[in-house]
Amino acid sequence: MKRLIAGAAVAAALLFHGAAHADDANRAKYSAGDKRSGYLYSTPDTQTMQDDDFQNPGGAWVEEGGRLWSTADGGAGKSCQSCHGAAASTMKGIATGYPKFNPRLAKLIDIEQRINICRQRAMQAKPFPAESRELLALTAFIKNQSHGLPMNVAVDGPAASFFAEGKDAYERPRGQSGMSCASCHGDNEGHRQLDTVSQGQSNGFPTYRLSWETLGSVQRQFGICLKSMKAEALSPDTEEAVVLELYVAARGNGLPVETPSVRK
Amino acid sequence: MSDRALGRAALTRRQILIGTAGIGLMALPRWAQATPAEAQAAIAKITGGATPAAGRVTLRLPQIAENGNSVQFSVAVDSPMTEADYVKAIHVIAEENPFPEVATFYLSPANGKAEVTMRMRLAKTQTVRAVAVMADGKAFEAQQEVKVTIGGCGG
Amino acid sequence: MAEMKPRVKVPATATKGEIIEIKTTINHDMESGQRKDKDGKVIPRKIINKFVCSLNGKEVFRSDWYTAVSANPYLSFFVKATESGNFDFAWSDDDGSVYKTSAPITVS
Repeated sequence: MKRLIAGAAVAAALLFHGAAHADDANRAKYSAGDKRSGYLYSTPDTQTMQDDDFQNPGGAWVEEGGRLWSTADGGAGKSCQSCHGAAASTMKGIATGYPKFNPRLAKLIDIEQRINICRQRAMQAKPFPAESRELLALTAFIKNQSHGLPMNVAVDGPAASFFAEGKDAYERPRGQSGMSCASCHGDNEGHRQLDTVSQGQSNGFPTYRLSWETLGSVQRQFGICLKSMKAEALSPDTEEAVVLELYVAARGNGLPVETPSVRK
Repeated sequence: MSDRALGRAALTRRQILIGTAGIGLMALPRWAQATPAEAQAAIAKITGGATPAAGRVTLRLPQIAENGNSVQFSVAVDSPMTEADYVKAIHVIAEENPFPEVATFYLSPANGKAEVTMRMRLAKTQTVRAVAVMADGKAFEAQQEVKVTIGGCGG
Repeated sequence: MAEMKPRVKVPATATKGEIIEIKTTINHDMESGQRKDKDGKVIPRKIINKFVCSLNGKEVFRSDWYTAVSANPYLSFFVKATESGNFDFAWSDDDGSVYKTSAPITVS
């Protein structure tokens, strides 16, 4: 019990510390209505680490992604650049709309899938494995081209049914704990546990988590959360992971893309 | 191959990794930690037995670290950094890490300014010490406690 | 693993006698030797244990690193700009590998 109280005190101190530091400009920049980016839950040190392009460890992945963007690979002898040109202009704003309904595939796809579809179809190259250095690097590079732009995934039209599925996936109790994503990352702050848990948005992903000591995708984070909830890992075959990704992206609609963000 | 099949192939590879994203998720085993006495012994070795004096060293650290995996520190030593008077080395010691030594920085007048910034791991809440050894062999130090928080679902 | 290129930040120009800040990062797991894998086996230690910065072949800064240095090490330090030339940076891995990069500076 003593430990719990001590933990709560430290968590409260942390929250106060972080809130006190976040000046008005930062609060405005990283808020949209009632939405507050995870950035505002970070300590000043973690915020500084994210803000400085060089100190941000995710910068290495973005640079690597830039190299991969223009490096030819696969049977067609093409690079991303062969079709898409200069990423700074052609990719600007693109990532704010992902996951996105793809009419040709008649399904919802995320950026990682989009990259691998291009690799297989246009480049005749092998897809990059999930959470591989290459896939994280390219995803971070592409999303970084939208840095500062508001997230804006579509949740209507052909995306509406996926969004509804994603909302259900977020709110449905799971596993032994009977918890849902919303239990911790709900709209009601009272639901939160002792930790300084943010609101469940993906505008900063892929993110460099200090606990991971590496960059990781939002789906990796899902895995961590589900494990904590003592729930089964998500099977992407059911596409539940991607609809959930859409839902948390939509929760961040209006918040700026921070990729690569730095989180605890 | 149809587009649908291509999408499926990408997903299957991803499936392998979801939920098993690597050893980074494993908690540190509770191995023996050093004690402040052992850290003191390490410092005595650095200084040749002398007790470092307070002053001249500024150690900048957060009071509370969000995650012990990455705690940024800066050490600055007040020194003209001339041939006659410069900082030879800065030692950073974390008293209760499994191994107290964090890093040693070797300086000379070529640096012009005795200041370094780095990030370290802290296994738990503890005192961090920075010891500077001057060209004349005198040692100075600064220390600070850092509270390390352990998140409920750190992952 | 240091799979990605080390990054260094050195001012392109400086005046003679100016004290410049040099920032460096390298991607490396800094495996401490204190973690266990899923089967309970200790993951062997594999860290970068030494960093050296030289200007035109002459060492200007050196550092010994231990297992408490964070993954993907970041380090910044200062150097007095004395002459134009090349800064060379070298990170030495436990396994004997040395990761290198360099950056030019013009001093006037």
